[in-house]
Amino acid sequence: MSGVPPVLNRRRLLGFGGFLLVIAAAPLVVSHGYALSLFCQIGVMTVFALSYNMLLGQTGLLSFGHAVYFGMGALGTIHALNAVSAGARWFPVTLLPLAGGAAGLLLGLVLGAVTVRRAGTTFAMISLGIGEMVAASSLMFPAVFGGEGGVSGNRVTGQGWFGVTYGPQLQVYYLIAGWAFVATVAMYALTQTPLGRVANAVRDNPERAQFLGYNPQRVRFLMVALGGFFAGIAGGLSALNYEIVTAEALSAHTSGAVLLMAYVGGAGTFYGPILGAAIITVMQVVVAGITKAWPFYFGLFFLVIVLYAPGGVAGVLQLHLRARRAGMLRRLAPAYLAGAGPVALLVGGTVTLVELAYAVVNRVEEGTARLRLPGLVLDSRTAPPWIGAAAAVLVGALLLRVVWKRISGRWAEIHAALAAEGRS
Amino acid sequence: MEFLLITLLNGVTYGLLLFMLSSGLTLIFSMMGILNFAHASFYMLGAYLAFQVGARLGFWPALLVAPLLVGALGAAVERLGVRKAHRFGHVAELLFTFGLSFLVEELVQLVWGKAAVDYRVPPSLDGAAFTLFRTSFPLYKGFMMAVSLAMLLGLYLAITRTRVGLVIRASLTRPEMVQALGHDVPRVFTLVFGSGAALAALAGVIAGNAYVTEPGMAAAMGPIVFVVVVVGGLGSLGGAFLASLLIGVLQTFMVASDFSVVDLARRLGLGVPDAPALARLSLTQLAPIMPYLLMVAVLIFRPRGLMGARET
Repeated sequence: MSGVPPVLNRRRLLGFGGFLLVIAAAPLVVSHGYALSLFCQIGVMTVFALSYNMLLGQTGLLSFGHAVYFGMGALGTIHALNAVSAGARWFPVTLLPLAGGAAGLLLGLVLGAVTVRRAGTTFAMISLGIGEMVAASSLMFPAVFGGEGGVSGNRVTGQGWFGVTYGPQLQVYYLIAGWAFVATVAMYALTQTPLGRVANAVRDNPERAQFLGYNPQRVRFLMVALGGFFAGIAGGLSALNYEIVTAEALSAHTSGAVLLMAYVGGAGTFYGPILGAAIITVMQVVVAGITKAWPFYFGLFFLVIVLYAPGGVAGVLQLHLRARRAGMLRRLAPAYLAGAGPVALLVGGTVTLVELAYAVVNRVEEGTARLRLPGLVLDSRTAPPWIGAAAAVLVGALLLRVVWKRISGRWAEIHAALAAEGRS
Repeated sequence: MEFLLITLLNGVTYGLLLFMLSSGLTLIFSMMGILNFAHASFYMLGAYLAFQVGARLGFWPALLVAPLLVGALGAAVERLGVRKAHRFGHVAELLFTFGLSFLVEELVQLVWGKAAVDYRVPPSLDGAAFTLFRTSFPLYKGFMMAVSLAMLLGLYLAITRTRVGLVIRASLTRPEMVQALGHDVPRVFTLVFGSGAALAALAGVIAGNAYVTEPGMAAAMGPIVFVVVVVGGLGSLGGAFLASLLIGVLQTFMVASDFSVVDLARRLGLGVPDAPALARLSLTQLAPIMPYLLMVAVLIFRPRGLMGARET
């Protein structure tokens, strides 16, 4: 062993350099206003989801109330912004998310002290209760929370520096991207500190960590507080992005959304939540634009991930990378090709069924019962489309069962080969 | 006195309703370690199915049919979903039920629309049961109480006096041993999960028309039931009963009175011209967060809950 490994090794340089390149170049590649606001949203959610994963992935704390830190951070930032606008205080707008971080940290210190006694299911329940409490009290103090209408602000104050006023969305994007990069690096660095490592130990086996002399409650408390800090920064970024904060920001709905992002992306890896934030935000914006049924697809997608890919997207990716490194990815190709047909049938049939159902329900509102697809019009009042779609689902599911056996057989071979390689 | 008695009766009715939900949740939790997020969804489904079945067959058949349907659905969910998620641990199970609750809400909106449905108290139960001083107590509230008490008694007898109840109690503490003695423990799990769902649905049937049947009812009820379970002590049926009544009565009293700290100060003869917003909040305004405040207080002063055996 040659002492401490270098902080900037090749993998990290490549990973974070690539990340920086992507976020810096994204608005240059697609500069459409719609895409830009989508990127801004992804940036905010990236920080939020990563902060959530400090609890779920790294400390093993499943929280259903993480939005309170996000909401508090957003409120802290918007109030600070309004104080700056009114000339009461001088503070650069660029650093305002720090006000959000401070608010989140403060709340994390307070709530963390009450909630971290136990991990697991108990923590989940308590975090839900605390989240509901904060959300319910938001309507009681309109001076702080803004009541029904929320608190709004104006991020353009004063002359700005060198033309940076944060008026144009592009400048806000780079503000968010810069903060997202810094926060991501900071959160990654945290995983490498002794605290981050002990948090992993507490997640895996709290008793053993305690035997080694660490206090699991204290470790959880610190992680909750720090998670609150980064969630607060994310909230601050969202406040600057939208220039309005409503009670929605700290609702159970937002807590659920961040949980979905971290889990769908993959809580087991550091970069998983980034993928999750991107995938789910795109789904929310793009799919919601296409169909009214998007929350339904969303729920289905989540259940499929929970039941069949508990490692999330990143977990699946990781698995295939390992197979590729061993040069065995090619063995999977035929089985995957065979699976494509059944999957297409299953997905197509399900989507058609759901859309038909929505067409029936919305018939009254929109005066149409027809489902228009490119080159095809399905009438939801007649039986054939329903029967066809149901048949597609059934046949797809049956075929997939057969193909699945082949795929899992291949994977068994690969795992066996990898294990043998590891031993030799 | 009049206000006190009527509010107490209303509070007990609400508390018993909470217990119908929390008893199933507690049983499922202490047996399988699953915090069933979809529990309140079963409650909502019960109300909607009762509305649907009731429109065809009338209220009384619906009272029986809706819980049975939802119970079967619950058993199917356990068999096909929860058991599968179990392989990946408790977090996956919890998230599965979380996703399910999301899907159920969407499904309900899809089938019955976003607005509240017109699910009414049957005419035979409409009217006053008795009059206390000048306020009449609705007959339907009395019916709700009777159903919950009957269910409570039934649950108690089923758990303590029947063979199945014996196996359930044994599986609570020593599932491996029960399995070794030749009982099908997974089937017992399915049974408990299904029965819990049926109980929740029964609560939905009798509460849906007394309150309101709308897609948000599960999301409104779910967190409160969780709080009841935490306050009572995880896995303790007696604790859940006590906490249900406590929260039910307390919340009903708070909703019914618009007293605030400022009022109290005035009563004591203190003038408070510019009191802070916190002091001016009335009890009614504080009612929605009361269960959560109670939960935090219990967590700080008695972490294992009112009657929990172990520390939560």
